[in-house]
Amino acid sequence: MSPGRRERGLVRPYVVTDGRAYPTRNTFDLVTLVMAHPDRPLAGLSPEKRGVMELCLGGALSVAEVAGYLELPVSVTKVLLGDLVDSGHITTRSPIPPAELPETQLLQEVLDGLRARL
Amino acid sequence: MDSALASERAVYLPGTVRTAVKLLVVGHFAVGKTTFVGSLSEIRPLRTEETMTQAGALVDDLAGSERKTTTTVAMDFGRLTLSDSLVLYLFGTPGQLRFTRLWKDMTQGAMGALVLADTRRLEQSFPVMSVLEEQGLPYAVAVNRFEGAPVFAEEEIREALDLLPETPLVVCDARNRISSTRALISLVQYLQSLHTRTPQENV
Repeated sequence: MSPGRRERGLVRPYVVTDGRAYPTRNTFDLVTLVMAHPDRPLAGLSPEKRGVMELCLGGALSVAEVAGYLELPVSVTKVLLGDLVDSGHITTRSPIPPAELPETQLLQEVLDGLRARL
Repeated sequence: MDSALASERAVYLPGTVRTAVKLLVVGHFAVGKTTFVGSLSEIRPLRTEETMTQAGALVDDLAGSERKTTTTVAMDFGRLTLSDSLVLYLFGTPGQLRFTRLWKDMTQGAMGALVLADTRRLEQSFPVMSVLEEQGLPYAVAVNRFEGAPVFAEEEIREALDLLPETPLVVCDARNRISSTRALISLVQYLQSLHTRTPQENV
């Protein structure tokens, strides 16, 4: 049904991640927003990381969207993003923890936003 | 990888968005999760897949058997930009994902879940509801009205699903954006009520 889906690449996920199953940092939520730095060199990046960069240079997306558009498992996407954060190519905006923004206020904003769509 | 194609297909967030929140849309096979997410999402819903080892495989291992069955489960998700600064992600998923890292990713930080149910097979909703209860994730139930499906009184459905009196139960048409939005609103109102009520109850 989804038009972009095609056969999985020949490259196995663990090759893409150099055999790693976990990212270098544990800060990625599915809805962590990621943005690429436009002035970082792409030379030397693996094809997969280059793919992440090319996608993310267009604007902000969540980790889940990056995985979805690149048709990569979320776990692999997180490893790639972790490396790209380490190398300064990507910055993240974490979902705001409840301590900073009260959940009641957040829920009210969600409610207002949904009602506005009716 | 068609990364060039990916960046052409991608619909980016406004630069002003600061906060992302998530809600889950859960239910059994063919209950309408993907339709529901698709009706509400401003982007064409995306999908990620995870290969999982079936629960029975553990038993097989203990029995010393070499047989291991793996299955691919998918998560569909969509996005709603609710204001200049706030975006809501909806993750539609079957309950059996609970054995995976993807499930942990989805439930971590999720505000709550909407359980979709079908009156032709209400009993199939029990596994997903018990998973949510195990995880302490609050939920509301939305009966997705299928044409030709039996119509029951709310009380009958509540009884059949063994719902707590405070658990919201609504009827929706997952194909319809307004109807689906209303179902989400009742979930969010319920989540809000949990916050405002808890302090007094603890006294």
